[in-house]
Amino acid sequence: MSRKLFKFKGGVHLPEHKAESNARPIHAAPLPGKLVIPLRQHIGNPAKPVVEVGERVLKGQMIGAADGYISAAVHASSSGIVTAIGPAAVPHISGLPDLCITLSTDGRDEWIAHAPLDYQAMAAADLRMKLRDMGIAGLGGAVFPSAVKLDPGAAHSCPTLIINGAECEPWITCDDMLMRNRAGEILQGVAVMRHLLGSTEILVGIEDNKPEALASMRAAAAALDFTVEVVAVPTIYPAGGAKQLIETLTGKQVPSGKLSTDIGIQVFNVGTAYALACAVHHGEPLISRLVTVTGHVLRPQNVEVLIGTPMRTLIALAGERGGSTGVLMGGPMMGMPMPDLEVPVVKATNCILVKSNALFPPLPKALPCIRCTRCADVCPAALQPQELFRFAKAGDFGRAQEYHLFDCIECGCCSYVCPSHIPLVDFYRYAKSEIWAREKDKRAADLARERHEFREFRLAREKKEKAEKLAAKAQVKRAELAAAPASEGAAVPSEADAKKALIAAALARAQAKKAEAAPKNTDHLPPGTQREIEEIEARRAKIRELARQPLESEEKKP
Amino acid sequence: MIAAILVMVGLAVAIGLVLGWSAIRFKVEGNPLAEKIDAILPQTQCGQCGFPGCRPYAEAIARGEAEINQCPPGGEEGVKKLAELLGVEPKPLDETHGTPKPKSVAFIDEQLCIGCTLCIQACPVDAIVGAAKQMHTIVAAECTGCELCVAPCPVDCISMVPIAEDLPHWKWKYPVIELKRVA
Repeated sequence: MSRKLFKFKGGVHLPEHKAESNARPIHAAPLPGKLVIPLRQHIGNPAKPVVEVGERVLKGQMIGAADGYISAAVHASSSGIVTAIGPAAVPHISGLPDLCITLSTDGRDEWIAHAPLDYQAMAAADLRMKLRDMGIAGLGGAVFPSAVKLDPGAAHSCPTLIINGAECEPWITCDDMLMRNRAGEILQGVAVMRHLLGSTEILVGIEDNKPEALASMRAAAAALDFTVEVVAVPTIYPAGGAKQLIETLTGKQVPSGKLSTDIGIQVFNVGTAYALACAVHHGEPLISRLVTVTGHVLRPQNVEVLIGTPMRTLIALAGERGGSTGVLMGGPMMGMPMPDLEVPVVKATNCILVKSNALFPPLPKALPCIRCTRCADVCPAALQPQELFRFAKAGDFGRAQEYHLFDCIECGCCSYVCPSHIPLVDFYRYAKSEIWAREKDKRAADLARERHEFREFRLAREKKEKAEKLAAKAQVKRAELAAAPASEGAAVPSEADAKKALIAAALARAQAKKAEAAPKNTDHLPPGTQREIEEIEARRAKIRELARQPLESEEKKP
Repeated sequence: MIAAILVMVGLAVAIGLVLGWSAIRFKVEGNPLAEKIDAILPQTQCGQCGFPGCRPYAEAIARGEAEINQCPPGGEEGVKKLAELLGVEPKPLDETHGTPKPKSVAFIDEQLCIGCTLCIQACPVDAIVGAAKQMHTIVAAECTGCELCVAPCPVDCISMVPIAEDLPHWKWKYPVIELKRVA
């Protein structure tokens, strides 16, 4: 190709391990008896359940509605009965449960009525809302709701659209297989993206270790009525990082703390483009995806999986082998260890990597940092990992932020090359989450301060208002008293007289109240009742008299 | 000689005027140090420090009338931050003012609540909703966990519930790495 490519800083060459899983055709995973569909599968607000326990749902029916702008809907992956809506295990490193909808499938796999969208006739905003309601989110790993990314915003267009097919992480081949087998559909999705973003330049970046995918995408691109440039990029990890791919293809760097859209570039994964094509051209929401099941299994392969399928089913499909030492969701560099295998496949699951001691020998014990700066040489974000490590370890998060901790993409190159085998990325993740937690605490403290100050203000105001009201009342009373004797023609009373008069009036009021309060049900009683009362009074007097004298029994005792 | 004296007097008057004017024009409202201390305090408004709220405590510290180690919700970390700001040595938390507890929010057992409004009056951040003879409830998002509502409740229907860790609040832990023993 004639295109001039650029080189981003750093990066590492890793053993690829792609051949294990890309030799077999894409398999459709069997329909499991139970689907567990988490409501938080994307960045932003989790979806809100819109079905009830016991309800029958159809394949593709929305079961969780998007909640807010940065959110996406979730759908039933197959037809069946909702058996539970509640916390269940999700694929997260913490092992904490999260809100999920559990379906018991009926095996009929019955679709809800759905129709393709005429996207060219629709208003852009309506189309984006529709895509949000079809649950489209980035399938590259970050799962950012695509509807938000497809909004060019104030700029009204995004000149460059980059489709990310680099798939730089070892072992994973799901994007490779998708491009080989479904290039036409991917480019249909790209056409929709181009329509929404108004892009004039469309680039597809694919690492040059995937010649079949490159050929297939080029063939499909040649048949299009708009230009799509399919570019082979050098194979170096992390060439598929969004910022790295942008730099490789355009030579532009995304400034720290900014988004790629600020420099007129938007990046989507090939899987997202495919999901978008399914949504627009077939009206199918995002209910399945390609997942690479590889590593320590008998038949590493790519599987078309319904969202919500337990990971154990897929490992069984690929052939479980003894001696596995854990499962990663994602690749060996950025993947997360799964706490248990009952967790479902979600939109973010691109790979299930079964580990064994032979494939992934346990890391040697860590040694202290010797400040060799090999990590700085390979850091694709041009950071100083050894400094960040020092600050994160010491809890000096302010300094870590000054050293642009938040530009770290957690690619793991630094940990990979560290001769002391320090899990550097874990320290950066720890520092990032501490900083987020502190910011949250700070916001809560600010809110509490504001509310406390308002309460103080409110109490002071109430006190003042009460005092003013009383003063006004007293003023009125005084004026009344001053006016009364004057009308009778008496001399104008002095201040002391007025006070005396006020006191006398208050006394009279109090006496009147007392008289009113006297029991009224003792007047005009019929003679029978009067007699009863007298008898009772006599008894009471007798009891009082008795109580005063010591009891006879007590007298006799001593 | 006279000229020199006049020049000096003239300068003194001119500079005096400028200083006097700027003292009025650029007068700092409130105590900026108390402001900074208040920003560090956790704003629980619990009064465990012996002052009626975080702001009065901050002002007392700024005046030098209170120690920096009287705030249990701020914990050791808060003491450290205050020490750094004030340029003094950090000291251990004063146990007489209480010990740090896990973050919690108040919870009203609505079956038992008699609607007396005593807790509403005690809440320093207006985080309790209710009215006389109506059931009360806590606005959990705004509760600072100060425990001031617990004591006034005549039917003991308020309990402090520690905030459970869930996915949105989950934090990466400090990595525990096994170091190789080098003899």
